[in-house]
Amino acid sequence: MGWFDKLKEGLAKTRDSLTGKVDQILSFSRPVDEELLEELEEALIMSDIGFQTTTDIINLLRKRIKEKKVSDAEEVKKLLKEIIIELLGNEVRNILPEKTLAVYMVVGVNGVGKTTSIGKMAAYLKNKGYKVMLAAGDTFRAAAIDQLEVWGNRSGIDVIKHQEGADPAAVIFDAIQSAKAKKIDVLICDTAGRLHNKKNLMEELRKINKIIERECPDAYKQTLLVLDATTGQNATIQAKQFMEVSDVNGIILTKLDGTAKGGIVIAINNELKIPVKMIGVGEGIEDLQEFDPTAFANALL
Amino acid sequence: MAFEGLSSKLQEAFKKLKGKGKLTEKDVKDAMREVKLALLEADVNYKVVKDFINTVSERSVGQEVMESLTPAQHVIKIVNEELVTLMGKTESKLNVSSMPPTIIMFVGLQGAGKTTMTGKLALYLKKHNKKPLLVAADVYRPAAIKQLQVLGNQIDVPVFSLGDKVSPVDIAKAGVENAKKIGADYVIIDTAGRLHIDEQLMDELKNIKEAINPNDIMLVVDAMTGQDAVNVAEQFNASLDITGVILTKLDGDTRGGAALSIRAVTGKPIKFAGVGEKLSDLEVFHPDRMASRILGMGDILSLIEKAQESIDEKQALEMQKKLMTQQFTLDDFLSQMQQMKKMGPLKDILKMVPGLDSAKLGDLEVDEREIARTEQ
Repeated sequence: MGWFDKLKEGLAKTRDSLTGKVDQILSFSRPVDEELLEELEEALIMSDIGFQTTTDIINLLRKRIKEKKVSDAEEVKKLLKEIIIELLGNEVRNILPEKTLAVYMVVGVNGVGKTTSIGKMAAYLKNKGYKVMLAAGDTFRAAAIDQLEVWGNRSGIDVIKHQEGADPAAVIFDAIQSAKAKKIDVLICDTAGRLHNKKNLMEELRKINKIIERECPDAYKQTLLVLDATTGQNATIQAKQFMEVSDVNGIILTKLDGTAKGGIVIAINNELKIPVKMIGVGEGIEDLQEFDPTAFANALL
Repeated sequence: MAFEGLSSKLQEAFKKLKGKGKLTEKDVKDAMREVKLALLEADVNYKVVKDFINTVSERSVGQEVMESLTPAQHVIKIVNEELVTLMGKTESKLNVSSMPPTIIMFVGLQGAGKTTMTGKLALYLKKHNKKPLLVAADVYRPAAIKQLQVLGNQIDVPVFSLGDKVSPVDIAKAGVENAKKIGADYVIIDTAGRLHIDEQLMDELKNIKEAINPNDIMLVVDAMTGQDAVNVAEQFNASLDITGVILTKLDGDTRGGAALSIRAVTGKPIKFAGVGEKLSDLEVFHPDRMASRILGMGDILSLIEKAQESIDEKQALEMQKKLMTQQFTLDDFLSQMQQMKKMGPLKDILKMVPGLDSAKLGDLEVDEREIARTEQ
């Protein structure tokens, strides 16, 4: 299955629920009025875009309808799509490194799919011809190291690990040395899932950051935040908290193969300027896709 | 900004409204806009919010405002009461089998926190002098079985596993048999996370249910779930007729509006909540407390009550007058502090203040001695 079909399929439910709705709203010829806008507002909120961003979008839509003197409900849909693409920034994004050595630190709260995403990211980068290594920095959760190793084995990628309960910063330190010695292109570091309000765990991230900074100051460093598409408004708070301990460069949006719409990334892109770089659309190792805002918006509406 | 409480917004909405008397339709409408916003920000499902607002509006219009409350406070009171009604008033217990073992099956999406939660519940049961057995029926996620074994080890609870090459239905059946053999009185079955729209995997759960006839089927849900919580809960409930819900990750700063949505669409009780990373961090769910959490309004009602009990209104008015006419003396200051102290430890009072999140107050120690010193 080609990537676009996969993306389409992955986004199908997203599309069905939101579009189903939007199409229903727009299907019969009806006047463009406040009632229509209110229903669109409801559809946007139901996709977790959040009240504030939804209000911004609807206000902008109202303005454009007036400017362009739109009287056809179908046209309204086109305008809405345009606005969403504008908010997301219209370029395809991915996690390919700008130079090597690249060190990616992957962060997120518990259960969003960090370890799984790392397994898929590794396979994606390897397919693109990069030499990849994984660092098992989640020494907290039971069997997290084993889980990462299984993923490493699946795509034949080295995993640097210590014992459960070991100091994550020490794991990362070792991994960096090993990556340098083996001339690795991309080192991906797993970290323990943490609720973003736990101070000492956030401090641990700061410490890991410092190690990376000190041991390979010239590396291409990225902090990638993994967000679960089913998460609601709390995702914004998560992003803000992680931004406090690290420059968050991008989002990996997981679990888009359910009925969740992941609309919160539009709000995060809008408010915090963190772009989505990849999306997870299934369980398979190949089910991690580059993020295409136009395709996302098209599939959404 | 995130925690700008509902009550302060309501106060704002009612600013113009000085007098008391009946709540008019317009008052209620203005107030409901704020309530709606607060609920949506807390991730309560849009449709659930709509129904809720209708109920509250109907009840509020024409109501006499209580003597001791402002209109805003009165609306909060109604909102709170309705929320509690919706959430259920009392705690729900586990369904216990008359013939041991009691069988509990955990189901849910990936990453909801099922495996960790099985460990937490096992520890909870053990503390209550029960003998639980954990059954590893997640044969899909890499190292899920190992994770359960590690957890079992930590809390010294046996874990039954047949590896990941056997069907989960057979594992569940054998697990229950094993419980009987070793004399365990509770069996907790950890199943793999799955999408509610994955028919094949949902059928697998149905088959497990049929095979072992569990006393409780617990849907494990991440408290941070957004609008989709309704779809997930509806589907799991439709397929399995769940008996209860466990909320995980409620220790974050999430408002947990999903709890309200799930309760509204399934009518099933929330039985437990995970409130921390340690295995002992499990609480019996108190529906009434959830109401104010969702609204982000602290325990404003208790605060209002406390203030009314402890502060002499006439005295307060007199003080106000003195302050305004610059006749406020040190003696007056002392009596103010004493009144404040009557309300209880400052730390407890702070927890009730809307907008202050008690998690953040956790480390904060208010030094009561400072007050004592000032008094001298």
